[in-house]
Amino acid sequence: MIPRHLIIAVVVMVAVALAMGFYVWRMPRRAAVAAPVPSNTQPVAPPASGPTENVTLYIAYDDSGSLRARTASIPLPAGRQERAEELLRALIDIYLDKSSPHPLGTGSEIRDVYLVDPGLAVIDVNGAFANLHRSGVLVEELTVASLIETLSANIPGITRAKILVDGNQRDTLAGHIDLTNFFDVAAVSQLAAQLQNTP
Amino acid sequence: MLRRPRILLWSTLALLPALASTVLIAESPDEKRISVYAVVANYSLPVSEHNGRDYVGLLELLEPLGTVTARIHGNRWKLLYNDAECDFTTGEKQVRVRGKDFDLPASFLVENGRGQVPLSSLSTLLPRILGGPVIFNEAARRLFVGSVAVHFTALVSKTVPPKLVLNFSSPVNPTIATEPGKLRMAFTREAVVAPGSQLLTFDSKVIPSASFQESNGAAELVVTGTVPLLAVFSNDGRTITIAPSTAAVAVAPKPIAPTPAPAIEHTPPPATSPVATPAVMAPVAASPAVTHYVAVVDASHGGDERGAALTETIAEKDVTLAMARSLHQELVARGLATMLVRDADVTLTSDQRGSMANSAGAAIYICIHASSEGRGVRLYTALLPPGGENRGLFLDWATAQAPFQQASLMAEEAVAGELKRKNIPVRSLTASLRPLNNIANAALAVEVAPTTGDVTQLSSSVYQQLIAAAVASAVAEVRDKLQVGQK
Repeated sequence: MIPRHLIIAVVVMVAVALAMGFYVWRMPRRAAVAAPVPSNTQPVAPPASGPTENVTLYIAYDDSGSLRARTASIPLPAGRQERAEELLRALIDIYLDKSSPHPLGTGSEIRDVYLVDPGLAVIDVNGAFANLHRSGVLVEELTVASLIETLSANIPGITRAKILVDGNQRDTLAGHIDLTNFFDVAAVSQLAAQLQNTP
Repeated sequence: MLRRPRILLWSTLALLPALASTVLIAESPDEKRISVYAVVANYSLPVSEHNGRDYVGLLELLEPLGTVTARIHGNRWKLLYNDAECDFTTGEKQVRVRGKDFDLPASFLVENGRGQVPLSSLSTLLPRILGGPVIFNEAARRLFVGSVAVHFTALVSKTVPPKLVLNFSSPVNPTIATEPGKLRMAFTREAVVAPGSQLLTFDSKVIPSASFQESNGAAELVVTGTVPLLAVFSNDGRTITIAPSTAAVAVAPKPIAPTPAPAIEHTPPPATSPVATPAVMAPVAASPAVTHYVAVVDASHGGDERGAALTETIAEKDVTLAMARSLHQELVARGLATMLVRDADVTLTSDQRGSMANSAGAAIYICIHASSEGRGVRLYTALLPPGGENRGLFLDWATAQAPFQQASLMAEEAVAGELKRKNIPVRSLTASLRPLNNIANAALAVEVAPTTGDVTQLSSSVYQQLIAAAVASAVAEVRDKLQVGQK
């Protein structure tokens, strides 16, 4: 006859073995669940590489309702399209800064800039750019003129511009400035000149 | 003993017909009605309820407005209004008007041979039949055909005792009733519309406020006072002065209508007898179709589209509507026939606004915007997109403004000059702002910002009127040049 204490010891050992097996089986699943969720799911643009160049950025100022040219030194890649994207990203960085003269909504980004011959620039901004933009004729116009004038002043040959939001056409930027049509860059340059005259 | 009950019985029987006729003649105050305001007539009609929806007889609605006939063929109901053929089918939503199909929000019904359409369909159905704009305030059941709205301004004078002076753009004759602390004016036949805000507050302890309400086809203005008030009519019914009773009698010895009554009469005119309008907003022409507008004023945004949130409580759409009404009144006061594109809180697309403005054939289109940013007024002419090809009589929709840009610049210059004369800061710019580029006449956008940095200035009727008067003076000044350019 098997001693009673031996039976109890075997039962306890089997129970412990089963519990450990179950624990090991659950481990990978728990690890997957506990994996940290990235806080920002938006794609991060690779840092620009290339020699630093002097460019002219047209910056909007809300206090005076004006557009002012500012020379900046930024690294620009070799490709024409990549240069256009970096230019506008440098501009947006100024608007997202704490001391911005023309604040944009948090998370506003330039997704892509496409240069389509002959002379068409398509600027694709993200949803936050348009959805969080302040509403008003002048405040929206300053943003649009700033983007297009900065682009045309530094990338020669652009005659028309189109602004998309998340890759799609949108009626207005924030209720006023029309985004359904193309912008005539020459007309926007005239407007930029008007906007540089502080009232 | 038996004779008295008999007398009582016979007396009751004799009184019954009189009682019945009284009940039939008098309309129940709870009866739903719709009021229609048009250049040719103002009238009201009963509203019936079917399947939980409000309906109105289409034939009865159109009869005062033009020549209309209707025929029934089985379940088809054919209506001919002037030259517009309409085809309805009982129990169906789809209708055909002027050869084009579209859907009503609920089924068409025939009751006792009379075609009934849902009230909610009027704002889309009537423009197709009438060939012109209508504005329908469905909640208040008030329908405005064309530019017929009667606007008013309210200002309290600084005299002792203070007087509230209401100036209307057309003569009015409201039913007036008084009660402690209130004077009520009920407008049942006049197309009086709300000022910018439903609640008007005044800097006066005697007359601190007034409120405007619309319901069941009527409008009511209630003036609150801390003393008994009396209303005095003057200027052929265009001005009503409300003052503490003794003072009012002193300034106007011949009051026309102030008859304090225990209650307001809400009896609208019979449905089949349209009442002639006492006066109209635009100059009266033989037919509404031949009204020649000089200006079209457009209050931007509206309805679901609030525009900019100027403060937590002030929406751009409300300020633009008040401004547009003020400008409309100033233009009309200068003898310039003016059409308001939006005269209620309704949603309109840019294409609809452009089409309405072009259809009106006015010399100038002015749209109003408001902003909390910057100071003063900004004037915009169209920043046109590239390209656009006009073929013969047909203008490219996106660049229809191109041939009229010189006229627009001339108007902009005149308005800027007038604003400067009134010491209001002004800037002239171009903007890609629809529908400016779609307008085939001089076109201008006016963005109004406060001059003091205080956003509440945008709601001030004094500030609105100052700008409206300057714009209207400038338009009157260049009117002839604009109309020559138009020809």
